Amino acid sequence: MPMCLGVPAKVLEIRDSAAVVELGGVRREISVMLLDDVSVGGWVIVHAGFAIEKLSEDEARETLSLFREIAAADEIH
Amino acid sequence: MRYINEFRDPATARALVERIRRDAGDAPVRLMEVCGTHTVAIARGGIRPLLSGAVTMLSGPGCPVCVTPDGYIDAAIALGMERGVLLASFGDMLRVPGKSSSLEKEKGNGLEVRVVYSPLDAVALADAVPDREVVFLGVGFETTAPAIGGAIRTAARRGVRNFSVLSSVRTIPEAMGILAADPEVRIEGFLCPAHVSVVIGTDAYRAVAERRRIPCVVAGFEPLDILLGISMLLRQRKAGVALVENEYSRVATSTGNRKAQELIREIFVPCDTGWRGIGVIPGSGLRIADAYAAFDAERKFGVPVVFAAEGTACRCGDVLKGKITPPGCPLFGKACVPEEPYGPCMVSSEGSCAAYYKYGAL
Amino acid sequence: MHEKILLSHGEGGKRTRDLIAKVIARYFDNPVLSSFLDSGLLGRIDGEIAFTTDGYVVTPPFFPGGDIGRLAVCGTVNDLAVCGAKATAISCGLILEEGLPISTLERALAGMRDAAAEAGVSIACGDTKVVERGKGDGIFITTAGVGVAVDGWRPAPSGIRPGDRIVLTGTMGDHQVAVLIARRHLAIEAPVLSDVAPLAGLLLPLLSRYAGKVRFMRDPTRGGAGVTLNEIATSANARFVLDEARLPVRESVRGVCEILGFDPLYLANEGKAVLVVAGDVAEAIVAALREHPYGREAAIIGEVTEGAAGVRMRTLSGGVRAVDYPVGDQLPRIC
Repeated sequence: MPMCLGVPAKVLEIRDSAAVVELGGVRREISVMLLDDVSVGGWVIVHAGFAIEKLSEDEARETLSLFREIAAADEIH
Repeated sequence: MRYINEFRDPATARALVERIRRDAGDAPVRLMEVCGTHTVAIARGGIRPLLSGAVTMLSGPGCPVCVTPDGYIDAAIALGMERGVLLASFGDMLRVPGKSSSLEKEKGNGLEVRVVYSPLDAVALADAVPDREVVFLGVGFETTAPAIGGAIRTAARRGVRNFSVLSSVRTIPEAMGILAADPEVRIEGFLCPAHVSVVIGTDAYRAVAERRRIPCVVAGFEPLDILLGISMLLRQRKAGVALVENEYSRVATSTGNRKAQELIREIFVPCDTGWRGIGVIPGSGLRIADAYAAFDAERKFGVPVVFAAEGTACRCGDVLKGKITPPGCPLFGKACVPEEPYGPCMVSSEGSCAAYYKYGAL
Repeated sequence: MHEKILLSHGEGGKRTRDLIAKVIARYFDNPVLSSFLDSGLLGRIDGEIAFTTDGYVVTPPFFPGGDIGRLAVCGTVNDLAVCGAKATAISCGLILEEGLPISTLERALAGMRDAAAEAGVSIACGDTKVVERGKGDGIFITTAGVGVAVDGWRPAPSGIRPGDRIVLTGTMGDHQVAVLIARRHLAIEAPVLSDVAPLAGLLLPLLSRYAGKVRFMRDPTRGGAGVTLNEIATSANARFVLDEARLPVRESVRGVCEILGFDPLYLANEGKAVLVVAGDVAEAIVAALREHPYGREAAIIGEVTEGAAGVRMRTLSGGVRAVDYPVGDQLPRIC
């Protein structure tokens, strides 16, 4: 199992320093003790049973739109 | 799956490969992916052959299992076999060879090892068996250090006294500095780890970029992340600059996760530590702080982890430093294969040799 | 009847006879078995005989979508089916641990009964042994199966040639993930059911219709399609190239794989088959499979090409990588 593996998961519930997250229909309870202000409906990166950071949906959109530009530019070549 | 599938789009991948090829020079550009998870992602994505001629990817020492000294495995076996400890570990550690045996082989002799997904599972295990000592094999880089620290702090707060950690935590930037300074290695750009960077912040690579004049790009683990990261490195090189850029901006930030860093500072103390195949790298390790000595298995049980330089036919060290690719080791694919690994690069699922062997045949 | 299995249930005396007559026979009632001879007399069988055996040690014995009993029947029926044989009769060897709740045994027997009824096979003979507490984990089942081969078809790896297509009858990894979830220690919740199912009804009609155009079949159990394809490629000395984009995997199985770092290619299946078929009938075969409840997600996942023997895969990024045998990544006691 890749040692630095971290996957994006959506926060469904928060109870103190634990949260239930979901990825592709799979749910797991993880610790959010490494983060402040995690919100239900937000996205986090999960590693070894911990949320290690929040995922910024705005930044993700920007990266994806950069990909679309690159793919479009390639068609011109 | 959201935020995963979109980063695997084949059409964009094709476009990025074209872009990389256009930006490459006459000779293949030598880039190093530092992190073992990148090594596996690149191998599973079949990316190396896609870029052949344009880019040579060197695999660096970011495989925490690979760089853990064989003395660590021996100490873990001793804890289990001589002291009756119940070991809890990430799955990757089971087949790593120690001096004469491995955890997996010793299971046949009665060694008790439980595979866990999280260090917190090991604390829960200790809580459930109060009459046994439970030791978690805490191997990893800065991505995992907060998780290990979190487990120790949780155990401390809950009074789980039969839990401790045999720590083998290393830090990435110092190792990058050693490699960047090695004239035999000749790295023209670093693809920096995604999740280590999430914890320590992308600014951590500025010293390497500025002092060594080597471009650094922090990239995610999906195929498009890796290809875009490589493309950004080539563009920096073309522009004659050496900066730290962040492809993984959706998660990694310049300053990193402050709370995780504070936890690391609370539980751990930096130290000099040995990397299997490389040697001692100053300031590249994290040992458990005195305040948490009760949770440090080395001190609790008096089993010091000994680091000794190995003199064998195995060229793992040169592979880890990116000096040779796996086929350059005389043992690769012959005396050293995944079923009977000679060295750690072949054993760990993230080792360069294992990745090359499993995915690289064309 | 006692509530738990005792050592005396395995001693061959009255308790054993009671267990067989009052518990086991109720689930397996059929003319061959009910004569209670030392062997099941199957009578004259016309045709070429196929024979197989398998042991089942799955833990836990009950998991979402199935149980050890269903597995024990389907596994053996499927080993016969992929060799072109319809199962006629199955044996049932039980090894029970002292202290096993009889209700657990009955659940497993019910699983066997229902699977056997679905597969149209009878349990013609059996044996029951009991081992001391601590010497056998609950319940182990061994089944052997006898079947009759479909006329005119033989599995022929040597018939595999460039241009052939590789077909998978449905999604990968469901069984292994279901068992993993049932083991609980990974604390994962996911709506995944084991795919354990008898496949004779899915596969045998293809052989009658397409004969030699179906070159070879195998069910990808332990080690998944990745292992099975390597085995076939080696014995056929053929080169398989898979298309990553076409591998059928359920979203929830993908999710578990992402979290735990698994590769679905190496996860066990218990209700799927890999087929190598002639290129010109591949689409028709997939269409025929999809008409059957156990073949709804059937897909062409790759092709046989010229070149050195082995298994390769075109990745989503457009690259190529090897699909080798896995080493030591597998979970124990998955079937």
